[in-house]
Amino acid sequence: MGKKRVAIVGTGQTFHKSHRPDVNGQELINEAVQRALLDADMTIQDIDAVVIGNMDHFEGINYVDCWSVDGSGGVMRPIIKLTTGGTTGSTLAIGGYHMIASGMFEKVLVIGWEKNSESDTTGAITTAFDPVWDRLVFAGAISGLAAEAQSYMAKYGATDKDGARVSVRDRKHACNNPHAQLRKEVTIEEVLASPMLADPIHLLDVCPRTDGACAVIMACEGVAERIAPQPDWIWATANRHTYSYLNDATYGELDSMADASKELFSKAGIKDPRKELDVIEMYQPYSFAGIIWIEDMGIAPRGKGAEYIWSGATDMGGELPINPSGGVIACNPIGATGLIRCAEAALQVMGKAEERQVPDVSLALSTGFGGCFWTDTILHGKNKPAF
Amino acid sequence: MSDIFQNVEPMVHESRISVPYHWWAGDTASRFFIDLRDSQKIMGTRCSKCSKTYVPPRKTCPTCFTPNDEWREVASQGTLISYTVVRRHQASLPKKPPIIYGLIQLEGADTAVLHIIDELKPEDVKIGMKVQAKFSSQRKGTMFDIEYFRPVH
Repeated sequence: MGKKRVAIVGTGQTFHKSHRPDVNGQELINEAVQRALLDADMTIQDIDAVVIGNMDHFEGINYVDCWSVDGSGGVMRPIIKLTTGGTTGSTLAIGGYHMIASGMFEKVLVIGWEKNSESDTTGAITTAFDPVWDRLVFAGAISGLAAEAQSYMAKYGATDKDGARVSVRDRKHACNNPHAQLRKEVTIEEVLASPMLADPIHLLDVCPRTDGACAVIMACEGVAERIAPQPDWIWATANRHTYSYLNDATYGELDSMADASKELFSKAGIKDPRKELDVIEMYQPYSFAGIIWIEDMGIAPRGKGAEYIWSGATDMGGELPINPSGGVIACNPIGATGLIRCAEAALQVMGKAEERQVPDVSLALSTGFGGCFWTDTILHGKNKPAF
Repeated sequence: MSDIFQNVEPMVHESRISVPYHWWAGDTASRFFIDLRDSQKIMGTRCSKCSKTYVPPRKTCPTCFTPNDEWREVASQGTLISYTVVRRHQASLPKKPPIIYGLIQLEGADTAVLHIIDELKPEDVKIGMKVQAKFSSQRKGTMFDIEYFRPVH
Protein backbone atom coordinates (compact mmCIF):
# COMPACT_ATOMS: atom_id res chain seq x y z
CA MET A 1 0.00 0.00 0.00
CA GLY A 2 1.40 3.36 -1.01
CA LYS A 3 1.27 6.64 0.83
CA LYS A 4 -2.00 8.43 1.42
CA ARG A 5 -2.72 11.86 -0.02
CA VAL A 6 -2.67 14.68 2.52
CA ALA A 7 -4.17 18.18 2.53
CA ILE A 8 -4.12 21.24 4.74
CA VAL A 9 -7.71 22.02 5.76
CA GLY A 10 -7.29 24.90 8.21
CA THR A 11 -4.74 27.42 9.44
CA GLY A 12 -4.49 29.86 12.33
CA GLN A 13 -1.98 32.51 13.34
CA THR A 14 -1.54 34.97 16.16
CA PHE A 15 -1.16 38.66 15.40
CA HIS A 16 2.62 38.55 15.64
CA LYS A 17 4.34 41.25 17.73
CA SER A 18 7.80 42.04 19.07
CA HIS A 19 6.61 41.29 22.63
CA ARG A 20 3.59 39.48 23.99
CA PRO A 21 3.81 40.11 27.75
CA ASP A 22 0.05 39.59 28.02
CA VAL A 23 0.29 35.82 27.46
CA ASN A 24 2.67 33.01 28.42
CA GLY A 25 3.91 30.50 25.86
CA GLN A 26 1.10 27.97 26.04
CA GLU A 27 -1.52 30.75 25.98
CA LEU A 28 0.12 32.13 22.83
CA ILE A 29 0.02 28.66 21.29
CA ASN A 30 -3.66 28.37 22.17
CA GLU A 31 -4.56 31.52 20.22
CA ALA A 32 -3.20 29.99 17.00
CA VAL A 33 -4.77 26.59 17.71
CA GLN A 34 -8.23 28.08 18.37
CA ARG A 35 -8.02 30.10 15.13
CA ALA A 36 -7.03 27.02 13.10
CA LEU A 37 -9.90 24.98 14.60
CA LEU A 38 -12.32 27.83 13.83
CA ASP A 39 -10.96 28.07 10.28
CA ALA A 40 -11.54 24.34 9.72
CA ASP A 41 -14.83 24.34 11.67
CA MET A 42 -13.49 21.63 13.96
CA THR A 43 -13.12 21.15 17.70
CA ILE A 44 -10.07 19.88 19.52
CA GLN A 45 -11.93 16.58 20.00
CA ASP A 46 -11.67 16.04 16.22
CA ILE A 47 -7.85 16.02 16.37
CA ASP A 48 -6.08 12.63 16.39
CA ALA A 49 -2.55 13.79 17.15
CA VAL A 50 -0.41 16.91 17.65
CA VAL A 51 3.06 17.82 16.38
CA ILE A 52 4.65 20.86 18.03
CA GLY A 53 8.00 22.61 17.87
CA ASN A 54 10.04 25.70 18.65
CA MET A 55 13.71 26.64 18.85
CA ASP A 56 15.89 24.87 21.40
CA HIS A 57 17.07 27.27 24.15
CA PHE A 58 14.88 30.19 23.05
CA GLU A 59 12.46 30.10 25.95
CA GLY A 60 14.67 27.89 28.10
CA ILE A 61 11.87 25.32 28.34
CA ASN A 62 12.68 21.79 27.25
CA TYR A 63 10.02 19.12 26.67
CA VAL A 64 7.73 21.75 25.19
CA ASP A 65 5.49 18.98 23.89
CA CYS A 66 4.65 18.06 27.51
CA TRP A 67 4.72 21.53 29.05
CA SER A 68 2.42 23.13 26.50
CA VAL A 69 -0.45 20.61 26.46
CA ASP A 70 -2.88 23.01 28.16
CA GLY A 71 -2.59 25.35 25.18
CA SER A 72 -1.88 22.92 22.36
CA GLY A 73 -4.72 20.50 23.01
CA GLY A 74 -2.22 17.73 23.69
CA VAL A 75 -3.87 16.65 26.96
CA MET A 76 -4.36 12.86 26.76
CA ARG A 77 -3.62 12.86 23.01
CA PRO A 78 -0.61 11.64 20.99
CA ILE A 79 1.88 14.52 20.82
CA ILE A 80 5.49 14.74 19.66
CA LYS A 81 8.02 17.55 19.37
CA LEU A 82 10.18 18.26 16.34
CA THR A 83 12.87 20.88 16.39
CA THR A 84 15.40 21.55 13.63
CA GLY A 85 16.44 25.16 14.23
CA GLY A 86 15.20 27.69 11.72
CA THR A 87 13.65 24.91 9.68
CA THR A 88 11.54 23.82 12.67
CA GLY A 89 8.28 25.18 11.26
CA SER A 90 8.69 23.55 7.86
CA THR A 91 9.96 20.32 9.42
CA LEU A 92 6.80 20.29 11.57
CA ALA A 93 4.71 20.47 8.41
CA ILE A 94 6.74 17.68 6.80
CA GLY A 95 6.35 15.62 10.00
CA GLY A 96 2.57 16.11 10.06
CA TYR A 97 2.45 15.16 6.37
CA HIS A 98 4.40 11.96 7.06
CA MET A 99 2.09 11.03 9.96
CA ILE A 100 -1.00 11.18 7.76
CA ALA A 101 0.62 9.93 4.54
CA SER A 102 1.72 6.83 6.46
CA GLY A 103 -1.91 6.00 7.21
CA MET A 104 -1.35 6.12 10.97
CA PHE A 105 -3.51 9.24 11.62
CA GLU A 106 -6.40 10.98 9.83
CA LYS A 107 -6.34 14.50 11.31
CA VAL A 108 -3.20 16.06 12.72
CA LEU A 109 -2.69 19.46 14.34
CA VAL A 110 0.72 21.00 13.60
CA ILE A 111 1.95 23.87 15.80
CA GLY A 112 5.03 26.08 15.59
CA TRP A 113 5.63 28.89 18.07
CA GLU A 114 8.20 31.19 19.58
CA LYS A 115 8.46 33.84 22.25
CA ASN A 116 11.60 35.33 20.80
CA SER A 117 11.43 38.20 23.30
CA GLU A 118 12.29 35.92 26.20
CA SER A 119 15.97 35.20 25.55
CA ASP A 120 19.25 36.19 23.89
CA THR A 121 18.63 35.06 20.32
CA THR A 122 22.27 35.19 19.23
CA GLY A 123 23.43 33.26 22.30
CA ALA A 124 20.79 30.60 21.72
CA ILE A 125 21.54 30.28 17.99
CA THR A 126 25.27 29.98 18.67
CA THR A 127 24.54 26.67 20.44
CA ALA A 128 23.70 25.26 16.99
CA PHE A 129 27.38 25.44 15.99
CA ASP A 130 30.06 22.89 16.77
CA PRO A 131 31.55 23.74 20.18
CA VAL A 132 35.11 22.65 19.39
CA TRP A 133 35.59 24.03 15.87
CA ASP A 134 33.06 26.76 15.11
CA ARG A 135 31.74 28.30 18.28
CA LEU A 136 34.89 29.98 19.59
CA VAL A 137 35.52 31.86 16.39
CA PHE A 138 32.04 32.42 14.97
CA ALA A 139 28.77 33.47 16.61
CA GLY A 140 25.12 33.95 15.78
CA ALA A 141 23.20 33.56 12.55
CA ILE A 142 24.04 36.77 10.74
CA SER A 143 27.76 36.10 10.21
CA GLY A 144 27.22 33.02 8.05
CA LEU A 145 24.63 34.80 5.95
CA ALA A 146 26.91 37.81 5.57
CA ALA A 147 29.70 35.55 4.30
CA GLU A 148 27.25 34.05 1.80
CA ALA A 149 26.29 37.51 0.55
CA GLN A 150 29.94 38.64 0.32
CA SER A 151 30.82 35.61 -1.79
CA TYR A 152 27.87 36.16 -4.07
CA MET A 153 28.64 39.87 -4.51
CA ALA A 154 32.30 39.13 -5.28
CA LYS A 155 31.30 36.52 -7.85
CA TYR A 156 28.50 38.32 -9.68
CA GLY A 157 29.03 42.01 -8.92
CA ALA A 158 25.73 42.43 -7.04
CA THR A 159 25.48 45.38 -4.64
CA ASP A 160 23.79 46.13 -1.35
CA LYS A 161 21.27 48.16 -3.33
CA ASP A 162 20.12 44.91 -4.94
CA GLY A 163 19.58 43.42 -1.49
CA ALA A 164 17.68 46.51 -0.39
CA ARG A 165 15.24 46.07 -3.30
CA VAL A 166 14.20 42.72 -1.80
CA SER A 167 13.59 44.32 1.63
CA VAL A 168 11.50 47.03 -0.02
CA ARG A 169 9.34 44.38 -1.72
CA ASP A 170 8.74 42.29 1.38
CA ARG A 171 8.04 45.24 3.66
CA LYS A 172 5.54 46.57 1.11
CA HIS A 173 3.80 43.19 0.87
CA ALA A 174 3.62 43.00 4.68
CA CYS A 175 1.27 46.00 4.71
CA ASN A 176 -1.39 43.67 3.25
CA ASN A 177 -0.97 41.11 6.04
CA PRO A 178 -2.65 41.89 9.38
CA HIS A 179 -0.60 39.12 11.06
CA ALA A 180 2.82 40.55 10.12
CA GLN A 181 4.86 42.33 12.78
CA LEU A 182 6.41 45.13 10.68
CA ARG A 183 3.70 46.74 8.57
CA LYS A 184 5.43 49.87 7.36
CA GLU A 185 7.05 50.38 3.98
CA VAL A 186 10.76 51.14 3.74
CA THR A 187 12.73 52.76 0.90
CA ILE A 188 16.02 51.65 -0.63
CA GLU A 189 17.68 54.72 0.90
CA GLU A 190 16.36 53.79 4.36
CA VAL A 191 17.67 50.23 4.07
CA LEU A 192 21.12 51.43 2.99
CA ALA A 193 21.20 54.07 5.75
CA SER A 194 20.24 51.61 8.49
CA PRO A 195 23.09 50.44 10.76
CA MET A 196 25.55 47.90 9.34
CA LEU A 197 25.33 44.70 11.41
CA ALA A 198 27.76 42.44 9.54
CA ASP A 199 29.00 43.56 6.12
CA PRO A 200 27.08 43.77 3.77
CA ILE A 201 23.95 43.23 5.89
CA HIS A 202 22.17 46.31 7.25
CA LEU A 203 19.55 46.24 10.02
CA LEU A 204 16.72 46.59 7.48
CA ASP A 205 18.12 43.68 5.42
CA VAL A 206 17.33 41.16 8.18
CA CYS A 207 14.38 39.67 9.99
CA PRO A 208 13.16 41.08 13.33
CA ARG A 209 12.61 39.11 16.56
CA THR A 210 8.99 38.19 16.99
CA ASP A 211 6.57 36.54 19.42
CA GLY A 212 4.01 34.44 17.60
CA ALA A 213 2.46 31.07 16.88
CA CYS A 214 1.01 29.27 13.88
CA ALA A 215 -1.21 26.18 13.70
CA VAL A 216 -2.07 24.09 10.65
CA ILE A 217 -4.57 21.25 10.49
CA MET A 218 -3.90 18.44 8.02
CA ALA A 219 -6.22 15.60 6.99
CA CYS A 220 -6.09 12.57 4.75
CA GLU A 221 -7.90 12.16 1.44
CA GLY A 222 -11.54 11.29 2.03
CA VAL A 223 -11.63 13.40 5.20
CA ALA A 224 -10.02 16.60 3.87
CA GLU A 225 -12.69 17.19 1.20
CA ARG A 226 -15.42 16.98 3.86
CA ILE A 227 -13.70 19.61 6.02
CA ALA A 228 -12.56 22.16 3.44
CA PRO A 229 -14.33 23.19 0.19
CA GLN A 230 -10.87 23.75 -1.30
CA PRO A 231 -8.18 21.81 0.55
CA ASP A 232 -4.51 22.64 0.00
CA TRP A 233 -3.03 19.36 -1.28
CA ILE A 234 0.56 18.64 -0.40
CA TRP A 235 2.21 17.46 -3.59
CA ALA A 236 5.69 16.78 -2.37
CA THR A 237 8.34 17.68 0.21
CA ALA A 238 12.14 17.58 0.15
CA ASN A 239 14.85 18.64 2.56
CA ARG A 240 18.64 18.81 2.73
CA HIS A 241 21.43 19.44 5.23
CA THR A 242 24.95 20.03 3.99
CA TYR A 243 27.55 20.25 6.75
CA SER A 244 28.63 19.50 10.31
CA TYR A 245 31.22 22.28 10.36
CA LEU A 246 30.17 25.65 8.98
CA ASN A 247 33.35 25.97 6.94
CA ASP A 248 32.28 23.05 4.75
CA ALA A 249 29.28 24.93 3.35
CA THR A 250 29.44 26.50 -0.09
CA TYR A 251 29.27 30.28 0.21
CA GLY A 252 27.50 32.25 -2.49
CA GLU A 253 25.16 29.46 -3.52
CA LEU A 254 22.75 27.48 -1.35
CA ASP A 255 23.50 23.83 -2.19
CA SER A 256 20.72 22.54 0.08
CA MET A 257 18.13 24.67 -1.74
CA ALA A 258 19.41 23.68 -5.17
CA ASP A 259 19.27 19.96 -4.37
CA ALA A 260 15.99 19.99 -2.40
CA SER A 261 14.11 22.00 -5.02
CA LYS A 262 15.50 19.76 -7.77
CA GLU A 263 14.07 16.72 -5.98
CA LEU A 264 10.78 18.51 -5.23
CA PHE A 265 10.23 19.63 -8.83
CA SER A 266 11.23 16.23 -10.18
CA LYS A 267 8.69 14.48 -7.88
CA ALA A 268 5.94 16.74 -9.23
CA GLY A 269 7.08 16.76 -12.86
CA ILE A 270 7.82 20.49 -12.83
CA LYS A 271 10.23 21.45 -15.58
CA ASP A 272 10.13 25.25 -15.55
CA PRO A 273 9.38 26.45 -12.00
CA ARG A 274 9.31 30.12 -13.04
CA LYS A 275 6.39 29.46 -15.38
CA GLU A 276 4.66 26.64 -13.51
CA LEU A 277 4.65 28.02 -9.96
CA ASP A 278 2.10 30.73 -9.14
CA VAL A 279 3.47 32.00 -5.84
CA ILE A 280 6.35 31.34 -3.43
CA GLU A 281 6.39 31.83 0.33
CA MET A 282 10.08 31.69 1.04
CA TYR A 283 11.89 31.48 4.37
CA GLN A 284 14.15 34.35 3.44
CA PRO A 285 15.78 35.62 6.65
CA TYR A 286 17.72 38.37 4.92
CA SER A 287 17.38 40.31 1.72
CA PHE A 288 20.26 38.86 -0.32
CA ALA A 289 18.73 35.39 0.04
CA GLY A 290 15.87 36.70 -2.08
CA ILE A 291 18.35 37.06 -4.93
CA ILE A 292 20.69 34.11 -4.39
CA TRP A 293 18.25 31.36 -3.49
CA ILE A 294 15.86 31.93 -6.42
CA GLU A 295 18.86 31.09 -8.58
CA ASP A 296 19.31 27.84 -6.66
CA MET A 297 15.62 27.09 -7.27
CA GLY A 298 16.11 27.60 -11.01
CA ILE A 299 13.78 30.64 -11.08
CA ALA A 300 16.56 32.89 -12.40
CA PRO A 301 19.90 31.97 -14.05
CA ARG A 302 23.11 32.24 -11.98
CA GLY A 303 24.04 35.86 -11.44
CA LYS A 304 20.69 37.10 -12.77
CA GLY A 305 18.63 36.97 -9.57
CA ALA A 306 18.90 40.70 -8.91
CA GLU A 307 17.82 41.55 -12.45
CA TYR A 308 14.73 39.38 -12.02
CA ILE A 309 13.88 41.09 -8.70
CA TRP A 310 14.35 44.59 -10.18
CA SER A 311 12.01 43.68 -13.07
CA GLY A 312 9.14 43.56 -10.59
CA ALA A 313 8.35 39.95 -11.49
CA THR A 314 8.29 38.91 -7.83
CA ASP A 315 6.16 41.85 -6.65
CA MET A 316 2.39 41.49 -6.16
CA GLY A 317 0.89 41.55 -9.67
CA GLY A 318 4.14 40.28 -11.18
CA GLU A 319 4.88 37.04 -13.01
CA LEU A 320 5.74 35.08 -9.85
CA PRO A 321 4.93 36.93 -6.61
CA ILE A 322 7.26 36.02 -3.75
CA ASN A 323 6.24 36.49 -0.12
CA PRO A 324 2.78 38.07 -0.42
CA SER A 325 2.70 37.82 3.38
CA GLY A 326 5.73 40.09 3.73
CA GLY A 327 7.88 37.11 4.55
CA VAL A 328 10.47 36.74 7.26
CA ILE A 329 11.96 40.23 6.96
CA ALA A 330 8.63 41.54 8.25
CA CYS A 331 8.00 38.87 10.89
CA ASN A 332 10.05 36.08 12.44
CA PRO A 333 8.78 34.04 15.40
CA ILE A 334 11.44 31.50 14.44
CA GLY A 335 9.90 28.17 15.51
CA ALA A 336 6.68 29.26 13.77
CA THR A 337 8.28 30.96 10.77
CA GLY A 338 8.61 27.91 8.49
CA LEU A 339 5.06 26.83 9.34
CA ILE A 340 3.78 30.35 8.60
CA ARG A 341 5.31 30.03 5.11
CA CYS A 342 3.44 26.72 4.73
CA ALA A 343 0.18 28.20 6.08
CA GLU A 344 0.48 31.26 3.85
CA ALA A 345 1.04 29.05 0.79
CA ALA A 346 -2.02 27.03 1.85
CA LEU A 347 -4.10 30.23 2.15
CA GLN A 348 -3.06 31.15 -1.39
CA VAL A 349 -4.12 27.76 -2.77
CA MET A 350 -7.37 27.77 -0.75
CA GLY A 351 -8.16 31.31 -1.96
CA LYS A 352 -8.32 32.62 1.61
CA ALA A 353 -5.38 35.06 1.61
CA GLU A 354 -7.64 38.15 1.57
CA GLU A 355 -5.72 41.38 0.81
CA ARG A 356 -2.57 39.41 0.02
CA GLN A 357 -4.24 36.91 -2.32
CA VAL A 358 -2.49 36.19 -5.62
CA PRO A 359 -5.18 35.46 -8.26
CA ASP A 360 -5.70 31.87 -9.49
CA VAL A 361 -3.06 29.98 -7.56
CA SER A 362 -2.79 26.35 -8.65
CA LEU A 363 0.74 25.60 -7.44
CA ALA A 364 2.56 27.21 -4.54
CA LEU A 365 5.99 26.61 -3.04
CA SER A 366 6.85 27.16 0.61
CA THR A 367 10.33 26.79 2.06
CA GLY A 368 12.13 26.60 5.37
CA PHE A 369 15.69 27.62 6.15
CA GLY A 370 17.80 27.03 9.20
CA GLY A 371 21.06 26.90 11.06
CA CYS A 372 23.11 28.21 8.35
CA PHE A 373 22.29 26.66 5.04
CA TRP A 374 19.68 23.93 5.70
CA THR A 375 16.61 23.79 3.48
CA ASP A 376 13.10 22.33 3.58
CA THR A 377 10.72 22.64 0.64
CA ILE A 378 6.99 21.91 0.33
CA LEU A 379 4.92 21.97 -2.84
CA HIS A 380 1.21 22.84 -2.49
CA GLY A 381 -1.48 22.31 -5.15
CA LYS A 382 -5.13 23.12 -5.79
CA ASN A 383 -5.74 19.73 -7.37
CA LYS A 384 -4.92 16.35 -5.86
CA PRO A 385 -1.46 15.22 -6.87
CA ALA A 386 -1.51 12.56 -9.58
CA PHE A 387 0.90 10.36 -7.60
CA MET B 1 1.72 47.29 23.09
CA SER B 2 -1.24 49.05 24.70
CA ASP B 3 -3.56 47.47 22.15
CA ILE B 4 -2.77 43.99 23.38
CA PHE B 5 -2.15 44.62 27.06
CA GLN B 6 -5.33 45.16 28.98
CA ASN B 7 -4.35 47.53 31.81
CA VAL B 8 -2.53 44.86 33.78
CA GLU B 9 1.02 45.57 34.88
CA PRO B 10 3.26 43.06 33.04
CA MET B 11 4.94 40.78 35.58
CA VAL B 12 8.31 39.42 34.45
CA HIS B 13 10.14 36.50 36.00
CA GLU B 14 13.90 37.04 35.57
CA SER B 15 16.19 34.03 35.57
CA ARG B 16 19.61 32.94 34.42
CA ILE B 17 20.31 29.28 33.84
CA SER B 18 23.95 28.25 34.20
CA VAL B 19 24.61 24.91 32.52
CA PRO B 20 28.33 24.06 32.41
CA TYR B 21 29.43 21.66 29.67
CA HIS B 22 32.66 20.05 28.65
CA TRP B 23 32.98 18.66 25.17
CA TRP B 24 35.37 15.77 24.42
CA ALA B 25 37.10 16.63 21.18
CA GLY B 26 37.72 12.94 20.35
CA ASP B 27 40.94 11.23 19.18
CA THR B 28 40.95 12.81 15.73
CA ALA B 29 40.46 16.43 16.80
CA SER B 30 42.73 15.89 19.83
CA ARG B 31 45.60 14.91 17.57
CA PHE B 32 45.04 18.09 15.54
CA PHE B 33 45.06 20.26 18.66
CA ILE B 34 48.13 18.53 20.15
CA ASP B 35 50.13 19.14 16.96
CA LEU B 36 48.88 22.72 16.88
CA ARG B 37 49.77 23.31 20.52
CA ASP B 38 53.14 21.54 20.62
CA SER B 39 54.52 22.01 17.09
CA GLN B 40 52.51 24.88 15.57
CA LYS B 41 51.62 22.49 12.76
CA ILE B 42 48.22 22.40 11.06
CA MET B 43 47.31 18.83 10.21
CA GLY B 44 44.50 17.48 8.03
CA THR B 45 43.20 14.03 7.21
CA ARG B 46 43.04 12.69 3.70
CA CYS B 47 40.31 10.59 2.11
CA SER B 48 42.07 8.30 -0.35
CA LYS B 49 38.82 7.56 -2.17
CA CYS B 50 37.72 11.20 -2.68
CA SER B 51 41.30 12.54 -2.87
CA LYS B 52 40.32 15.34 -0.48
CA THR B 53 42.26 16.71 2.47
CA TYR B 54 40.04 17.83 5.31
CA VAL B 55 40.93 20.58 7.76
CA PRO B 56 39.35 20.31 10.35
CA PRO B 57 40.34 16.62 10.20
CA ARG B 58 37.66 13.92 9.92
CA LYS B 59 37.69 10.47 11.42
CA THR B 60 35.48 9.36 8.53
CA CYS B 61 34.92 11.03 5.17
CA PRO B 62 31.53 12.83 5.34
CA THR B 63 30.82 12.05 1.68
CA CYS B 64 31.81 8.37 1.23
CA PHE B 65 32.26 7.13 4.84
CA THR B 66 35.80 5.85 4.20
CA PRO B 67 37.92 5.96 7.41
CA ASN B 68 40.37 8.84 7.05
CA ASP B 69 43.53 7.65 8.81
CA GLU B 70 46.12 9.30 6.59
CA TRP B 71 47.41 12.55 8.12
CA ARG B 72 48.96 15.39 6.13
CA GLU B 73 50.42 18.67 7.21
CA VAL B 74 48.94 21.65 5.40
CA ALA B 75 50.40 25.16 5.12
CA SER B 76 49.74 27.79 7.75
CA GLN B 77 48.96 30.15 4.89
CA GLY B 78 46.00 30.15 2.56
CA THR B 79 43.35 32.04 0.63
CA LEU B 80 40.40 33.98 2.03
CA ILE B 81 37.26 32.34 0.59
CA SER B 82 34.72 34.69 2.18
CA TYR B 83 34.38 37.02 5.13
CA THR B 84 32.14 39.39 7.01
CA VAL B 85 32.76 42.27 9.38
CA VAL B 86 30.75 42.10 12.58
CA ARG B 87 29.89 45.66 13.62
CA ARG B 88 27.65 45.26 16.65
CA HIS B 89 28.72 44.03 20.04
CA GLN B 90 27.16 40.89 21.49
CA ALA B 91 28.04 38.87 24.57
CA SER B 92 28.96 35.83 22.47
CA LEU B 93 31.74 37.63 20.59
CA PRO B 94 35.37 36.84 21.55
CA LYS B 95 36.39 40.54 21.41
CA LYS B 96 35.08 44.02 20.71
CA PRO B 97 33.81 44.76 17.18
CA PRO B 98 34.61 45.43 14.44
CA ILE B 99 35.66 41.80 14.04
CA ILE B 100 36.53 40.29 10.65
CA TYR B 101 35.37 36.68 10.42
CA GLY B 102 37.05 34.78 7.60
CA LEU B 103 36.85 31.45 5.85
CA ILE B 104 40.38 30.41 5.00
CA GLN B 105 41.35 27.60 2.65
CA LEU B 106 44.86 26.61 3.68
CA GLU B 107 47.33 25.52 1.00
CA GLY B 108 47.11 21.74 0.76
CA ALA B 109 43.56 21.56 2.16
CA ASP B 110 40.33 21.09 0.21
CA THR B 111 38.09 22.61 2.88
CA ALA B 112 38.17 25.92 4.72
CA VAL B 113 38.64 26.84 8.38
CA LEU B 114 36.76 29.58 10.16
CA HIS B 115 38.76 32.16 12.05
CA ILE B 116 39.32 35.81 12.79
CA ILE B 117 41.28 38.03 10.39
CA ASP B 118 43.31 40.85 11.95
CA GLU B 119 46.14 43.34 11.34
CA LEU B 120 44.20 45.08 8.59
CA LYS B 121 41.33 47.53 8.38
CA PRO B 122 37.88 46.11 7.59
CA GLU B 123 37.76 48.16 4.37
CA ASP B 124 40.97 46.51 3.12
CA VAL B 125 39.81 42.89 3.38
CA LYS B 126 39.20 41.18 0.03
CA ILE B 127 38.06 37.74 -1.06
CA GLY B 128 41.00 35.93 -2.65
CA MET B 129 43.69 37.61 -0.52
CA LYS B 130 46.48 35.51 1.02
CA VAL B 131 46.48 35.23 4.78
CA GLN B 132 48.82 33.60 7.28
CA ALA B 133 48.20 32.09 10.71
CA LYS B 134 49.61 34.00 13.68
CA PHE B 135 50.15 31.40 16.39
CA SER B 136 49.49 32.33 20.02
CA SER B 137 52.45 32.54 22.37
CA GLN B 138 50.45 30.63 25.00
CA ARG B 139 48.85 27.63 23.38
CA LYS B 140 46.27 25.48 25.16
CA GLY B 141 44.98 23.13 22.48
CA THR B 142 42.04 25.09 21.03
CA MET B 143 41.40 26.97 17.78
CA PHE B 144 42.73 30.05 19.57
CA ASP B 145 46.21 28.50 19.49
CA ILE B 146 45.99 30.33 16.20
CA GLU B 147 45.42 33.82 17.55
CA TYR B 148 44.14 35.04 14.17
CA PHE B 149 45.05 35.12 10.48
CA ARG B 150 46.84 38.17 9.04
CA PRO B 151 47.56 39.33 5.50
CA VAL B 152 50.69 38.02 3.79
CA HIS B 153 52.76 41.02 2.73
